[in-house]
Amino acid sequence: MLTLLGIAVIVAGFAIRLNPLLVIGAAAFVTGWAAGLPPLAILSAFGKAFNDNRYVSLLWLILPLVGLLERYGLQERARMLIARIRVVTVGRLLLLYFIIRQITASLGLTSLGGHPQMVRPLIAPMAEAAAEKELGVVPDNVRYRIRANAAAADNVALFFGEDIFLAISSILLIKGFLQQSGIIVQPFDLSVWAIPTAVLALFIHGTRVLLLDRRLKREAVRESSRQ
Amino acid sequence: MITLQFCYFVAGLAFASFAILSLLDRVNRKRFGNAAFWGLFAASFFFGSYLADWQNGVLVLTLIVLGGCNLLGHGKSETTAAEQRRESATRRGNWLFAPALLVPAIALSGTLLLKQARLGAMPLLDPKNITVISLVLGIVIALAVATVWLKPHPLAPLQEGRRLADMVGWAIVLPQMLASLGAIFALSVVGKAVGEIATRYLPLDKPFEAVVVYCAGMAMFTAIMGNAFAAFPVMTAAIGLPLIVHQFHGNPAIMAAIGMLSGFCGTLTTPMAANFNIVPAALLELPDRNAVIKAQLPTAALMLIGNVLLMEFLVYRF
Repeated sequence: MLTLLGIAVIVAGFAIRLNPLLVIGAAAFVTGWAAGLPPLAILSAFGKAFNDNRYVSLLWLILPLVGLLERYGLQERARMLIARIRVVTVGRLLLLYFIIRQITASLGLTSLGGHPQMVRPLIAPMAEAAAEKELGVVPDNVRYRIRANAAAADNVALFFGEDIFLAISSILLIKGFLQQSGIIVQPFDLSVWAIPTAVLALFIHGTRVLLLDRRLKREAVRESSRQ
Repeated sequence: MITLQFCYFVAGLAFASFAILSLLDRVNRKRFGNAAFWGLFAASFFFGSYLADWQNGVLVLTLIVLGGCNLLGHGKSETTAAEQRRESATRRGNWLFAPALLVPAIALSGTLLLKQARLGAMPLLDPKNITVISLVLGIVIALAVATVWLKPHPLAPLQEGRRLADMVGWAIVLPQMLASLGAIFALSVVGKAVGEIATRYLPLDKPFEAVVVYCAGMAMFTAIMGNAFAAFPVMTAAIGLPLIVHQFHGNPAIMAAIGMLSGFCGTLTTPMAANFNIVPAALLELPDRNAVIKAQLPTAALMLIGNVLLMEFLVYRF
């Protein structure tokens, strides 16, 4: 039971908005200490795990490319492209991206989206351009809400799309775990039963992004009347 | 053979260059902090495989102190003004999207086509890590193409990379740090303790109650751990298999598939899932670190309810 102290540290640390790195460091040591590990063993285990997980950070190699393209006007080009399409609104644009992201993820093409490579350079500026077209001047907090929703659309579409693909790691994990427990399921059975939830996600989140248009308009009006 | 080690070497070069450029950046008052942070991260990529575990531990601890105690500043990278960018965007047109789209294209075709490619007796890409390696190759090739086409100042890609890296700041190491915390949790069998609590104190007498507790437990435990993969074995061993499958004769495939997706509802709500929730807030320059989570909360709640109803409706029927 004492091992749960680490979880308490995390919850408390995030609640009082401490720097997450400090929270994680503290949680690791408290958890290890509660499990009876000597400090040096905790340090070694943490160092080994960090080293083994370096591949998680390889995606950051994209930063020089994204930065270079931004230098030559990638975000501006994304805005221009959207400004030309008349029927586009923030909600419709995010819905379209959601659908594309969900379908490609369900085909295993999870690397086609993502925050550093798609949302920051393309989707967020496009959504902002769509808002500018409709609302004129976009106040800062409305702009932030648009960006946050662009990131959210990417996440939700990915999470509730990827499990339809047979060879995604979560499907393989499920299969392996059930197999250990003496139950044989085929990846196909698992991915079929991910489809109802995927449809539900499209319905729920799709409705929400379409409703976003009205909300943004309301907020922009309120903001401009305040000034 | 191109291995993960090669990718780590490339990453080491990138972060080492950020460190050197930070050191030379006199505008940044905390430039030594930035230089030390990026330098240590580069060292981890270069030498991590050759260091002892405790030495890697000291390295991580130093990163935590540097990032956690606010010792990093924002450098001033030389970049273009808005007017120049608009002019360039008008002149170069939609071709600007090409290098960005080249990355997933190469990552994908590398994964699919180069699995069998060989150099003599050796495979060209290490088959164990083919997706990650293809992605890194995609980035390197796209960057090379963009550099040949745009002919920037030779240091420009690195300066621009440093501009974005400084913007994200310490959050860059957050996903990797959380993965490491997961390893400590596993070592200390935190999961089992959570499972015991769930089964001891919650009502589980009816099939519907088991579904509710399993799905909600997956979401909550995932929110705590930041990762549905950590929650799944625990909750499924504690509730899913003994109750839903064995006692109430539910379908294990449906239980597992929708159970995992209930966990993903938890992922949408937690700062522990840093690369999905915290990193984009930094990348998009949002003042509120939790803005992305707030945008996701209603969807997460509705999806969890939906998953409970779907499982209740399907798991005991097929």
